[in-house]
Amino acid sequence: MSAPVLSPRVKRLLPWIVAAFIAVVPIFAGAFTITLMNYIGIGAIVALGLVLLTGFGGLTSFGQAAFVGIGAYAAAWATAVMGLPPFAGLALALALTAAVALFLGATTLRLGGHYLPLSTIAWGIAIYYLFANIPSLGAHDGIRGIPPITVFGLSLAPNTSIYYLIFALVAEAMWLVSNLLDSREGRAIRSLRGGATMLASVGVDLFRMRMLIFVFAAVLAGLAGWLYAHMLRFISPSPFDVRASIEYLLMAMAGGAASIWGALVGSALVVFLKNWVQDILPHLSKNATQLEIVAFAVSLILLLQYARGGVLSLLGTFVPRDTTLPPAAATGLPHRTPPAKGSEILRVEGVTKRFGGLVAVNNVSFDLQAGEILGLIGPNGAGKSTLFNLVSGALGINSGKIVFLGEDMSNARQMDIARAGLARTFQHVKLRPGMTLVDNVLLGVYIRTQAGFGKCLLHLEREEERRATRVALDALDAVGLGGKAMELAGNLPLGNQRVLEIARALAADPILIVLDEPAAGLRKGEKDALAVLLKAIQARGVSILLVEHDMDFVMGLVDRIVVLDFGSKLMEGTPAEVRASPAVQEAYLGGVA
Amino acid sequence: MIQLPQYLLDVCRLSVSYGKVEAVRDVSLHVDRGQIVTIIGPNGAGKTTLLSALMGTLPSHGEVFYDGAALAGTEIEDRVERGLCLVPEKRELFADMPVADNLLLGAYTRRHDAAHVRRSFELVYDRFPRLKERRGQLAGTLSGGERQMLALGRALMGEPRLLMLDEPSLGLAPLIVREIFQIISSLRELGVSILLVEQNARAALETADYGYVLETGEISLEGKASDLIHDARVTATYLGGHD
Amino acid sequence: MDIQIASILAVDGIATGAIYVLIALGTVLIFSVTRVMFVPFGDLAAYSALTLAMLQTGQLPGTVMLVSVLAGIALLMELTSHLRAGKAAKIPKAILYYGILPVLPPLIAWLSQGTVLPFWAQMLLALALVLPIAPLLDRIAFRPLADASVLVLLIVAVAVHFAISGLALLFFGPEGYRTEPISRAIFDVGGVIVSAQTLLVVLAAAAFSGLLYLYFERTISGKALKATSSNRLGARLVGIRPQVTGTIAYLLGGLLGGVSGLLIGPVATLYYDSGFLIGLKAFVGAVVGGLASYPLTALGAIAVGLLESFASFWSSQIKETIVFSALIPILIWRSLAAPQHEEEEEDIA
Repeated sequence: MSAPVLSPRVKRLLPWIVAAFIAVVPIFAGAFTITLMNYIGIGAIVALGLVLLTGFGGLTSFGQAAFVGIGAYAAAWATAVMGLPPFAGLALALALTAAVALFLGATTLRLGGHYLPLSTIAWGIAIYYLFANIPSLGAHDGIRGIPPITVFGLSLAPNTSIYYLIFALVAEAMWLVSNLLDSREGRAIRSLRGGATMLASVGVDLFRMRMLIFVFAAVLAGLAGWLYAHMLRFISPSPFDVRASIEYLLMAMAGGAASIWGALVGSALVVFLKNWVQDILPHLSKNATQLEIVAFAVSLILLLQYARGGVLSLLGTFVPRDTTLPPAAATGLPHRTPPAKGSEILRVEGVTKRFGGLVAVNNVSFDLQAGEILGLIGPNGAGKSTLFNLVSGALGINSGKIVFLGEDMSNARQMDIARAGLARTFQHVKLRPGMTLVDNVLLGVYIRTQAGFGKCLLHLEREEERRATRVALDALDAVGLGGKAMELAGNLPLGNQRVLEIARALAADPILIVLDEPAAGLRKGEKDALAVLLKAIQARGVSILLVEHDMDFVMGLVDRIVVLDFGSKLMEGTPAEVRASPAVQEAYLGGVA
Repeated sequence: MIQLPQYLLDVCRLSVSYGKVEAVRDVSLHVDRGQIVTIIGPNGAGKTTLLSALMGTLPSHGEVFYDGAALAGTEIEDRVERGLCLVPEKRELFADMPVADNLLLGAYTRRHDAAHVRRSFELVYDRFPRLKERRGQLAGTLSGGERQMLALGRALMGEPRLLMLDEPSLGLAPLIVREIFQIISSLRELGVSILLVEQNARAALETADYGYVLETGEISLEGKASDLIHDARVTATYLGGHD
Repeated sequence: MDIQIASILAVDGIATGAIYVLIALGTVLIFSVTRVMFVPFGDLAAYSALTLAMLQTGQLPGTVMLVSVLAGIALLMELTSHLRAGKAAKIPKAILYYGILPVLPPLIAWLSQGTVLPFWAQMLLALALVLPIAPLLDRIAFRPLADASVLVLLIVAVAVHFAISGLALLFFGPEGYRTEPISRAIFDVGGVIVSAQTLLVVLAAAAFSGLLYLYFERTISGKALKATSSNRLGARLVGIRPQVTGTIAYLLGGLLGGVSGLLIGPVATLYYDSGFLIGLKAFVGAVVGGLASYPLTALGAIAVGLLESFASFWSSQIKETIVFSALIPILIWRSLAAPQHEEEEEDIA
């Protein structure tokens, strides 16, 4: 690993250097280069959507070119056929792509991984054939005579003029996406890939999140289509087929699917490569256009085989990570009204859960009062973790009833239970290893903040964000990780990772924290520190439900214990009662005589 | 005269990491031929990780010799073919296939020897009459104890030389735990060596010849099982020596 | 539309659907065993039809070059990976599997050039030429990505389709072909005209589906395939190598794709790139079965064939749009029937 060679100051200046370069290109570059640059800009806008969708969200679309097509056709139809001004065409282009994406997303986003991308291929083809067969859209011939865009009476017909509009929009789109990623919604988006279970547990609506980025990516493609139509002034169906979608995907993957700049770099790479290939291939074969797609397909395969992070990830080591603390407000966010001490918080009534022929939890009942630490113990495989997942909503129950804060939460969605004030940790720690400690804890604050997608895009939620950051830093201080706020979670030792999960739970201002084997894998000293921390949390008025295997740890900590064995409740009582019970001795300590 | 290597399994300074977190550190242990060796320790100590590394499902550092030959660089399937067999904590059965097919596939490495397969079926059905009763039933519909029997049975179908068992008592009623451990000690007669990872320290130490205690990824104690069962540190931590 | 037309359309639709059945079954088979959504599947069907047509017209089929090139690349990759790992002992086997076996059919085709082979021999040769394509593509494109997510594998599969369809143009040329029908007989079944070719298509589809069923239920190799798709780790723990079961799945898939191509050849004029749409329509059928259930997949594929047949009667221009739009109600139904659990998809990078 080489040390970063760019100072943070140079890094901050980098975007301005790139912008300045782009601004002066028309002064020295020829018309052909400008045309190529225009294609790069348009491609970058589409690829930016894919970066958000694929690189961050873990979704993929082979139909982005169809969205570009919808945008382009909407623009062409509005201006060349209906005689409306180009900006009316823009509104139509964006509205139409958003509507189509909304419809497609509603049907496919709830399904697993491969349904969405394959449906987008099918849709890309369906829309292509539609363009090619509707007479009022010119069928295979397309639409001619699209007027240029005029801004304040200035015609953008020349290539150098629309150049500035295109790159202004590229900059705008990059600004929006970078705002988005650095926000409440953005942290959730950055966790979609590989963090779904954790996101649901902190109250994020995964479907809504995926829908938002899918529609946003489509709208970016629609915008690109509008630019494309007015740049070429003529459109036909063929640039919007599935092949073009592959090119866009290649752009996103080539630059670096998890980087905003990757979209621009990837687009430039692909456009220049394509231009170069088009120069060379006609000398090699008469079927040059066909070989072009072969070249692209092969480079995409090689890229995925050898450099899945894209070009920028190869340069990544040279760019330092920003380690300055984000600004925090003086005060945090308002707290929930805690329930009266001693009132009932959680009631589990005759709950049963079966997996196939296996009864994992069998008719278990218990309750938990405000301010209490309740231990749930039992031998491995007794059904503790399953019961735990039933309470937190990660699994549905077969029969019985779970009441949280007086409301029936049997089979409620995990995110609704989280919003009602239940926060959890995981037996196998679920953190975002590539995100900082603050960002990880901010995921816990998600349910206490309101800013929507739009506000996040425009960074109109900065006040709320500063207050949320205050909450997160306080939670880190509370667990003793305050000094490491800007470190990456993946670099922490296991003991600290478990404590970080507790900070995330604490930041959600919960009524009840449920901890799944928090002491597993910890050393003696770490266990003692954890016990002190949990007592401190209890003193704040937060109730705790603790699933734990380590008897010693539980005995000194909890007020009451429920013992599970073989899926059923064996007994319930104070630690002393449980310790004295011969039945518990037999079941828990292993009684093969 | 060919000299047999001393140990069937010889592990030297094995370490396994998840990212920057080291889950198993410098573990050395060995299993003699025909021996039952147990590894006990609390949850999260790295027991399952250790077995996964021995089986080759997780990458590791350090040296592992099986029957005198280094295992480094060999695939899981090569290890299975050489008689190394793991019954994992999650059993990993073929849930949507019948019990009989699960067993049949257990003999996959010996599939060309029809007589062997028939013999193995007899042996397994003999030891687990319940599996014979349920041979047409889908594995996913079995109860917890039956699943464990099927997992053991499937492993025995391949005629393993070293059987690694990860928490065989997990989630089972005491009566069934007793049955399973009786079966485990009876496997000695078949000449199978066993590496047994268990939470249930008492049952494990009563069954095994030799034991290791694994804590936070390191071996903290080792000795004859009959000695360990009376060792003050073990009784205090794992056998409930509070009373 | 009267009953007469409807029944003609229905017969036509079932025949088309029967071809989709074979391709859809192959798609589900490969997906469940290897996690790869093998998008180039339809291409295999097109190549077998084009190969047969070229054999019938006395030309050297494009598959000869295609298979030779793929085998060359695969052998090169296999050799370098063995040499790098220092496992020279594995080289003879690699040469046999990647350097000799796959190029036998091309060699036969090349040697028999000029001699007129009997009809059945041409069909067998066409099948044999298509058979190595899928396993070779597996070796070249997918095996280096064994640890990748379903999403990455899918992106690669789409790229593979475009790469080989570009090569196909080079080797087959842009012309369309239609093969000789296997039989020209025509029957009158209760007033509906049914050609022997149609009957043959339906019978062949049924026979191959039946054989596939027997393979899975009665052979240990078939059960090993099922085990791989049921529990990959469990399969490895009993010594089943997913690479081997994967290769078998690709071979079987190649067989199903090749047979379906031989069956469509006489019914439709096919081009080097006709396979993509055929494969995607079969995929629509496979979605009905949730990419898992073989009987539902077969039903879904028949339904797609019927829909296409009727759609082309209403409007031949936008029949493709109609067929692919049918995905929407199917997907809605699937998301209601089997709500997906949150799966933890591993990171791409």
